Amino acid sequence: MLEIRLMIAAAAAATLTAVTLSPANADPVDEELVIDGVKMATHVKAPEGHPLSEIFSGWRYRTDETRALEADSFQNPGMLYVERGEEIWNAVEGTAGKSCASCHEDASESMKGVGASYPKWDADAKRPINIELRIDKCRVENMGAEPYKFDAADQKALTTYIKHQSLGTPVAVDLSQGDMRAWWEQGKETYYTRTGQLNLSCASCHELNNGNYIRADHLSQGNVNGFPTYRLKQSSMVSLHNRFRGCIRDTRADYPKAFSDQLMALEVYVTWRGTGLSVETPAVRQ
Amino acid sequence: MAKPKPRVKVPKTASAGEVITIKTLISHKMESGQRKDKDGKTIPRQIINKFSCEFNGAPVFSCDIDPAISANPYFEFSAKVPESGTFKFAWVDDDGSIYSHEQAIEVS
Repeated sequence: MLEIRLMIAAAAAATLTAVTLSPANADPVDEELVIDGVKMATHVKAPEGHPLSEIFSGWRYRTDETRALEADSFQNPGMLYVERGEEIWNAVEGTAGKSCASCHEDASESMKGVGASYPKWDADAKRPINIELRIDKCRVENMGAEPYKFDAADQKALTTYIKHQSLGTPVAVDLSQGDMRAWWEQGKETYYTRTGQLNLSCASCHELNNGNYIRADHLSQGNVNGFPTYRLKQSSMVSLHNRFRGCIRDTRADYPKAFSDQLMALEVYVTWRGTGLSVETPAVRQ
Repeated sequence: MAKPKPRVKVPKTASAGEVITIKTLISHKMESGQRKDKDGKTIPRQIINKFSCEFNGAPVFSCDIDPAISANPYFEFSAKVPESGTFKFAWVDDDGSIYSHEQAIEVS
């Protein structure tokens, strides 16, 4: 009697183990993202030297509802922040009595395509510069205004507005400027370095396990063409360096400061990994 | 965010008696009153508690809103338009503020 019961229990256990051991996997959806009639590139061939052969936007890994939210430019909550960014663009601030518009006029023209080529090389600071830091540089040097604190609501809104003027433009970072190559190498090293109590690197999830699930989250390739992103989890805009810090924090490691050398190098490298994808800012993610 | 901004999508034109779809979105934190801050103190509730839409003075759609509705609430509904006129939208905040928006439609 006992032997039979043991056998049944063993068989049941074996079946259970077999089911739970195989990780859930789902391919990114085979669907086009069209926003206001403009087709976005969400699946492109990887450039030379890229560890992957095909590059997918994070949009392809999200649920039907989340993807639909981004495709509808009226309903996309990130667009509320684009509107707020436009207000800031036109608002006078600082001792020089200027607004962004005073010099840059109509952003839809002056900022068109600009966001797709950042981060760029800043010869003055001798390091890469992203949109957030470029805004601060303009504020301090040209407007006589205070630089934004990291993740200030206005910084996120204005960055979103500026990057949104590149919607649809393929990401293309120029690595030939200044020392960008060296920073790219540094970022690559960070990408593949395991950190924290959980001993995970960016590659652990985004290169080796994209398409698999980590708990309930469908892992993407970790591209950044949609940042700043409207995250449903926060119900607000999330900046790139906030996400970097969050990911590293989630490995249970101490996380670097926003705009630190380490994270600027990482931004150069990770942006390059998404070369060819359309800028989707403001993207909608989980 | 600054003062809540509404976005409203109403067709510019319609034929008499046509049923149109109206979409509205407003930026608002919709603080539920359930969250706690870093020091453990409850963050006070502040939400939009009512949304209403009227057309040429007659009520079209309204709803009472509770904390379950998430940030930046989106409402979509249908309306039958008998004649040209103006849609008036109002969002009422817990603190008494009313955010409003108007949109005209031409009906042939």
